[in-house]
Amino acid sequence: MKNFITVVTVFLFNMLLSQAQTTTLKAGDTAPDFKLKNVDGKEVSFASFPKAKGYIVVFTCNTCPYAVAYEQRIIELDKKFKSQGYPVIAINPNDPEASKADSYDKMQDLAKDKKYPFPYLFDAGQKVTDEYGAKHTPHLFIVSKTDKGNVVEYVGAIDNDPEGTKAEKTKYAEDVIAALKSNQKPAITQTKEIGCTVKRKAKA
Amino acid sequence: MKIHAFKVSTFLFFAFSITSFGQNVKLINIDQLNERIKNGKDSTYVVNFWATWCAPCIKELPHFEKLNADFKKEKLAVLLVSVDFKSKLTSAVIPFVKRKNMKSEVFLLNESNPQEYIDRIDKSWSGSIPATLFIKEDKRKFIESEFTYEQLLTEYKKL
Repeated sequence: MKNFITVVTVFLFNMLLSQAQTTTLKAGDTAPDFKLKNVDGKEVSFASFPKAKGYIVVFTCNTCPYAVAYEQRIIELDKKFKSQGYPVIAINPNDPEASKADSYDKMQDLAKDKKYPFPYLFDAGQKVTDEYGAKHTPHLFIVSKTDKGNVVEYVGAIDNDPEGTKAEKTKYAEDVIAALKSNQKPAITQTKEIGCTVKRKAKA
Repeated sequence: MKIHAFKVSTFLFFAFSITSFGQNVKLINIDQLNERIKNGKDSTYVVNFWATWCAPCIKELPHFEKLNADFKKEKLAVLLVSVDFKSKLTSAVIPFVKRKNMKSEVFLLNESNPQEYIDRIDKSWSGSIPATLFIKEDKRKFIESEFTYEQLLTEYKKL
């Protein structure tokens, strides 16, 4: 009986681990559309921006120190690029039970407080998070609207300076959009950065 | 003579209290980490990547401390590698390690280019923490998620 329990426990644990291993989309993949509730109560999808040439989809949250460090830079991305056809769409990937300060109410408070100029969406059930394979906050996906649908062009960090102390930053996101605007493929399509893991409900 | 002996014992007392108190946090880069593992006298290494700002990391650190204490005899070494900013070494990391009275070896990662070092730890690592690398002889296993003590023990036993 004891052995049986061990086997079942190991099996369940492996299942949980494999479940957590959702693959992250890469450049060239189709960017799945979504319909998620914004902090103003309205639903937002790609179609909410009919004139867009593409989208800056960023998985970010209220609580992660890295997300907080990048908050102002995300606001600036929207201010700079929405008018050029690349609006920011922020999605909170965290489960509100696992991370209480990332609840829908708290998202509303933060968006209001910081006057977010972009939608800040609640991903009920973490469905869109898993479709994109967002692993941490902030995790950025730049998408272009093409004849063949919405295509992922870049996945990774916003720039190479999370601490915000470098005099010369490499602004990955801005470089990608500059390339797309001149009808070129971005030179860098993937970067890695440390970040807070997506918070999930404890299972079992 | 007596005074001299008193001075010596006082000196020894302070010297000891400093070493027992001041758990050191060393800067380490990936090459040095690989050397530490290659040349170490232990047979199993559990390398946990954490940061003082990471809530789930702080929650699971006691599990790693317990594993280290419980299996030292089995030639296990737990290495706790912080990915805090280098500028936080004296202001955050060392005070944290002292406050929690951590016994495992603690390091601060001395690397500046995540594009390079994240892949050198493991290609599958997206960069989120907590994340843990298990090494036993030629076997390497990397897991990018949080552990309960039971889960950590299961992974250790599976090696």
